[in-house]
Amino acid sequence: MVFARWLAALPFIGFLIGPIVHNQSHPFILGMPFPLGWVTCWVVITAIIMWIVYSIDPRNKSEDE
Amino acid sequence: MNGALLVIILAAAVALGLGLMARRGHDMGLEQWTVAGRGFGWLFVFLLLAGEIYTTFTFLGASGFSYGLGAPVYYILAYGTLAYIISYFLLPPVWSYAKKHHLVSQPDFFVYKYNSRSLGALVSIVDLVALIPYLVLQLTGLGIIVDAAGYGAISKDVAIWAGALIVIVYVMVSGIRGSAWTAVVKDILILLVVLWLGLYLPTHLYGGVGAMFEKIDAAKPGFLIFPAKGMSVWWFASTVLLTALGFFMWPQSIAAAYTAKNAGVFRRNAIFLPLYQLILLFVFFVGFAAVLAVPGLKGGDTNLALFKLATQQFSPLTVGIIGAAGVFTALVPGSVITMTAATVLSKNLIVAMKPDISDDQTALIAKWSVPVIMLIAVYFTLSGNQTIVSLLLMGYSFVTQLFPVLVASLMKRNPVSTPAAMAGIVVGVLVAAYLTFTHASVGGLMPWLPQMIQDFNVGIIALIANVVVLVVVSAITRPAAESQEA
Repeated sequence: MVFARWLAALPFIGFLIGPIVHNQSHPFILGMPFPLGWVTCWVVITAIIMWIVYSIDPRNKSEDE
Repeated sequence: MNGALLVIILAAAVALGLGLMARRGHDMGLEQWTVAGRGFGWLFVFLLLAGEIYTTFTFLGASGFSYGLGAPVYYILAYGTLAYIISYFLLPPVWSYAKKHHLVSQPDFFVYKYNSRSLGALVSIVDLVALIPYLVLQLTGLGIIVDAAGYGAISKDVAIWAGALIVIVYVMVSGIRGSAWTAVVKDILILLVVLWLGLYLPTHLYGGVGAMFEKIDAAKPGFLIFPAKGMSVWWFASTVLLTALGFFMWPQSIAAAYTAKNAGVFRRNAIFLPLYQLILLFVFFVGFAAVLAVPGLKGGDTNLALFKLATQQFSPLTVGIIGAAGVFTALVPGSVITMTAATVLSKNLIVAMKPDISDDQTALIAKWSVPVIMLIAVYFTLSGNQTIVSLLLMGYSFVTQLFPVLVASLMKRNPVSTPAAMAGIVVGVLVAAYLTFTHASVGGLMPWLPQMIQDFNVGIIALIANVVVLVVVSAITRPAAESQEA
């Protein structure tokens, strides 16, 4: 679970770092200006991360709590 | 009567009908009415928790924000996603504790954890001061939507009264079940409308999303990136973090979490809720599409960007369908807010003063608080009071002040004492209020700081003051009673 928590903390840095480091409209990502494309990608990455966190969390093996 | 109007009236009727039908087969005692007997599966919980993203503020505000300010709007997409990560860890323990103690409102949680009705009353007051402007915003939005989509055939005042009555009736009858059922229609409608508008408009007007952004970038250089000062990347970073903390402190979000039938629901939803947020992207596209297509909107009129563009491009029937989606984005969150405010007012303020009142009597008082809350909101909406705008800005920073106290209470040994919790919240709220009313900024208060820190969201100051008071007062008073373990 320690690993899962670190993994879940990643987007807190991921979302913010892109616009801070590269606040330029180009290169476009997926047809969007860089900061918007960056944020969009991190929404998807976050979903994948939460899926991994969910799968390795032992609490999700039993449905009731 | 034009086609648009017909569709909008039909939508209102469907909302009312569904809201009333939702009651069937359920006896509306307090726990049923407020939290659906804690029996909702993932879909209803998902829709209630996601409901926060699609209010009139999103529909009109996010497109207007994109249109008026450009890049800073990107923050909306980021903070919600981070808030859902927090929900994975935060909501299961909150839910378990609420189930164990039969809690029905967010102030209840503080009452039990800190063994203090006074803290519950304080949190309730903070909640109501935050919730009523939020409800006013939904009603104002409803008026604008019906006026714009109905081509002015129904006046704003009539729309606001009609919306208020519909919400009063179905909330009194069906409670949270009414909101959950109407949320299904709302989300399907908004999903279709927003996806279609967000793809059609850029393609039709510019030849594609990429082409649209290229044209905007050429016409207005710097509009699609964060400015160097003010709403800079540092404003973005601090605002995203601050609002992510506040997201689940809203009393209606906590109450929505209580409706789940097990804690696993939150962990599963934390995977899909971020993706659901991507719908907002298409709302942004509409706002950006309007930048070059309907230029010249200023101030509050930027909120009309979506409808100005829609009425320019589409037939009345299509505008009516967009309007219908808009009506749902006002009524559904409006109903959840009204019910939450009514529960908080009745259970944690009125009944808290007379503890010998039964649950059935509490339920009755809560149901009759619904019209009271709604009429207050209608009054503020129609009077067009400007203070309400400041209150709305404050609402988010107000509820954010509850975060440290709530998180501390989830620890094995709560380091925060009850007097410290009260002092921290009071100081945080007062600082937030002062900063909002004086339109302060970090740079204005401390111009000697580096530019990067000057651009930080000013709400951070209130939160820091809150935590400092929490730590200091906890050090000199006894920690909260240990009897209320999780």
